[in-house]
Amino acid sequence: MCKDCGCGITGDVSIGGQSSRAVSSPLLGGAHSHDHEHGDSHHHHHDDHDHGPEHSHQTVTVQKSILEKNERLAERNRGFFKAKKLLVLNVLSSPGSGKTTLIQQTAAALAKKLRLGVIVGDLATDNDAARLRAAGVPVVQVTTGTVCHLDAEMVARAAGQLDLDALDVLIIENVGNLVCPADYDLGEDLRVVLLSVTEGEDKPLKYPPIFHSANVAVVTKSDLAVAAGFDREKAIDNLHRIGHHARVFELSAKTGEGMAAWVEFLVQQRQAVKG
Amino acid sequence: MHEVGIMQEAVRMAIETATAQGAGRVHGLRLRVGAMSGVVPEAMQFAFDMVCAGTIAEGAKLEIERVPATCWCGTCQAEFECADFVNECPRCHALSGELRRGRELNLASVEMS
Repeated sequence: MCKDCGCGITGDVSIGGQSSRAVSSPLLGGAHSHDHEHGDSHHHHHDDHDHGPEHSHQTVTVQKSILEKNERLAERNRGFFKAKKLLVLNVLSSPGSGKTTLIQQTAAALAKKLRLGVIVGDLATDNDAARLRAAGVPVVQVTTGTVCHLDAEMVARAAGQLDLDALDVLIIENVGNLVCPADYDLGEDLRVVLLSVTEGEDKPLKYPPIFHSANVAVVTKSDLAVAAGFDREKAIDNLHRIGHHARVFELSAKTGEGMAAWVEFLVQQRQAVKG
Repeated sequence: MHEVGIMQEAVRMAIETATAQGAGRVHGLRLRVGAMSGVVPEAMQFAFDMVCAGTIAEGAKLEIERVPATCWCGTCQAEFECADFVNECPRCHALSGELRRGRELNLASVEMS
């Protein structure tokens, strides 16, 4: 067990209430995700080749990403989603920044324009899935047990539970966490990071890797900005300083303020993916 | 952070490499860890000892090479190191979105016998 965040070594991941291992997916094909590709071994000996009966000390160069397996699966997801002409969002934030509410209201606003499906990640409970299901959105809940982030394999298995041909947009609601999910590509088109006005203007400065990796930053709960004493200019400046390239939206999913621009953006992005 | 999972994968890769080379022991791992990788080197050491226990890498040494976050300034046509992760060029103060180095999380090499 990780001492920093409780992230487990082996999580009991479940998808739609079933054990993850029992859930097959077209995205994972028939084979399991074995990661042996040693045909093109890049190993180099740096010592002499005087192999005696004893093995000699040697240093072997590897130079491989430790997240290679996830990166490979994420690319596979991306290719699969692209073939289905799906716009895929990976939505990230701290717990309580309003991911589920934003997705719920986005689904309502997109109704009759685009068909939306959702994969929700949480450590436990399917409360978020139930909220979205009640709103009529096709949804799969991934409960990660002790794992603090979604990875590409979980998404592949969960996506197989949705009728992707009947969808235009797939939103992946990641586990509420601003640290770990930053490292895990899921195969998304856009990484959307939320910052609620109640969290303070300096969130981007405190968690730079995730805000740096964002394609889109959404300032949520704008209706509470005054009550929270939110310094809007400073927050936007901080977002620009860390995630210079990110497109910024400011909205309140509750009152609907700013939602039109966000929804219009998604319609445009889906059009671009569709080609 | 998820250092345990990361170290578990790094040690698995190291053992796999050693086995492929016909080696019976892993004596050390060298990792390259970028400042923007989101991984805390101190927590990695803690996780490393735990993950190595009971494997052919037990007692192995962990060496971490830190890679600073480096951005590219298009205006100055030069690289700069991002202090405190703020991507502001120290020469012209323009903001840059192009991170050239700093996300690395690599297994660089394995020492074995």
